[in-house]
Amino acid sequence: MSSSATMPQPVSFGRRVKRFMADRPLVPLIILLILLVVILQILRPGIVNERWIANTIKFAIPLAILAGCQTMTMLTGGIDLSVGTVATMSAFIMATQIVSQDPVVAFLLAMMPAVLIGLINGIGVGVFRVHPLIMTLGTSLIGTGCLQVYQRTVIASGAKIPDFLNWLGTGLTYGFPNALLLFVPLAVLIVFTLRRTGFGRLLYAVGDNERAARLSGVRYWQVITALYVISSLLAGITGLLYIGLIKAPSLSLAEPLVLPSVAAAVIGGTSIFGGRGGYTGTIIGALILTVLTTLLTILQMPEGARRILFGLIVLFVTAAYLRIVEER
Amino acid sequence: MTRFFRNQGWVAGLFALFLALFVLTKLIQPGYGSGDFGSLVRAVLPYAFAVAAQTVVVIAGGIDLSVAAMMALTSVTAASMMNGASEEYALFVVPFVLAMGLVLGALNGILIVVTRVPDIVVTLATLFVLQGAALLVLGAPGGAAAEWLKASIVGTLPIPGLPDSIDAWVPKALVLLVVCLCIIWIPLRRSKLGLSIYAIGSSELAAFRSGVPVARTRIIAYALSGLFAAMGGLALTMSTGIGAPIPGPYLLASVAAVVLGGVALGGGKGGLLGPIVAVFVLRLVRTDLTLLAIDPNVTAIIEGAIMVAVVMFGAFITIRGRPAGAMP
Repeated sequence: MSSSATMPQPVSFGRRVKRFMADRPLVPLIILLILLVVILQILRPGIVNERWIANTIKFAIPLAILAGCQTMTMLTGGIDLSVGTVATMSAFIMATQIVSQDPVVAFLLAMMPAVLIGLINGIGVGVFRVHPLIMTLGTSLIGTGCLQVYQRTVIASGAKIPDFLNWLGTGLTYGFPNALLLFVPLAVLIVFTLRRTGFGRLLYAVGDNERAARLSGVRYWQVITALYVISSLLAGITGLLYIGLIKAPSLSLAEPLVLPSVAAAVIGGTSIFGGRGGYTGTIIGALILTVLTTLLTILQMPEGARRILFGLIVLFVTAAYLRIVEER
Repeated sequence: MTRFFRNQGWVAGLFALFLALFVLTKLIQPGYGSGDFGSLVRAVLPYAFAVAAQTVVVIAGGIDLSVAAMMALTSVTAASMMNGASEEYALFVVPFVLAMGLVLGALNGILIVVTRVPDIVVTLATLFVLQGAALLVLGAPGGAAAEWLKASIVGTLPIPGLPDSIDAWVPKALVLLVVCLCIIWIPLRRSKLGLSIYAIGSSELAAFRSGVPVARTRIIAYALSGLFAAMGGLALTMSTGIGAPIPGPYLLASVAAVVLGGVALGGGKGGLLGPIVAVFVLRLVRTDLTLLAIDPNVTAIIEGAIMVAVVMFGAFITIRGRPAGAMP
């Protein structure tokens, strides 16, 4: 502003707060998260205790990993809607194959469809340049069909949840969910990859200005293919974690997480057009959505009203967040 | 003439594909006749309106994830209003529901314009809201439809002067579909508004600089989408006689048919005819697979594979057709 340059007047408090928040986009998100928890505590005094926190974290982790897939693909201007199907497939295959196979073999079998779908997605988007939305919707349709056919063949053998996944998904150690053992290294790895490695820079570069990235020698299709395979692998791992948490293999296990995972990434400040955002915001976005779901459940509203509120709040938070961050 | 073929080539190809599939159907099932065609059109009806709703928005450079939820809401509203009411009351219900679709669609557009949140996120949020509203209107499938409404899509329309053998191939549902789409689309296409919709889809900046009211045009595009979706919802109630609050598979189908129909997902290209023919093709493929007694689950795989393959092929042709180096 030119007026503040000529007249060194003290900037108003509201402005300073706004500028502070715009510089640190995580702060308003954390404030919102704390606010939600406080509201929860007021509505139901005593609910916020160690067990509740552990439970919330347990349910937020699968969402956060899937939202990580969305974050990375959204950075390149894409989206991965096949994560739900991939997670369901690997969970279902793990639960049915563990009955007769060695755990390692079952794990490899469970990861196979994830790699395959990721590869098809990557080639479709990177080489044939199909719109990611269509490509991933299409592969998720194919995946669901395959899973239904597969289900017929294993219907007699039954399913069981491996003890290890059970321990990882639901277990607590000193009050901390065991799932953190998987999530913390994973999250650190994603954040590190995005911020400090060449691959991360390539993702931002491709999303920010694909043409410029291409002209400066980036092999677009290789980056995109690698990205979608990684995204699918993460989704597959999420499936294994989620089955340990939910304990009931079904054909629509992780499907309800897909749209919230997009919402978590968007709330976390990742631009759906690519080139801007990061994973730390997404993690907090996933936590916010999980706490919000608890809050809406506790209010004991009918299912319909809960969905309406969920939609409105996602929209409101995103709009408010964009207002704060973009006012520079 | 060559220009006509270049512009309409994709649609002509689709139409040829439809005819080829039709011949194939005749070969598989020699008894496939006008009655089966009538039921095909009835099955297509809600899909066709969903596709029309998606097409308008995609041409304007957006996307509408709330189409299926909008159809569910309008369908349950119509069904619960007509439940136990007189036949004449339905005369009031139909325009009311259509107006509701128009207003809710416009609301989508207003939210996108005012909040400046990406359209995909806004319509994702309204998807939840509309779904919730549908559940509030009707907790479980139920309601009723007026008899004359149900009768209006069953049977054929007798046209004076046509022999019965040809007349049998003109089901009422097809007439209804063509009339509803033409009444809105043809005047729109020829008006300044239609041109504006194409313009903002093609290049928003160029449209803005040429004096196109971008915000207003976008809102109108979404309002039209809501109107088409409401027609789809009514078609659902008309063909089933009830309303179901859980959205059907119309979102995915609509996006697939739009892309198959030659409408670029970036906006500004294509028309309404292509997607409508595409949705007929997709349904006929399903009929053929059913006639061949293929496992319905395998059908889902084949459908997904066709969708992905066609989209990849289309994208490949577009790349080949572009002068070298002129990447988007």
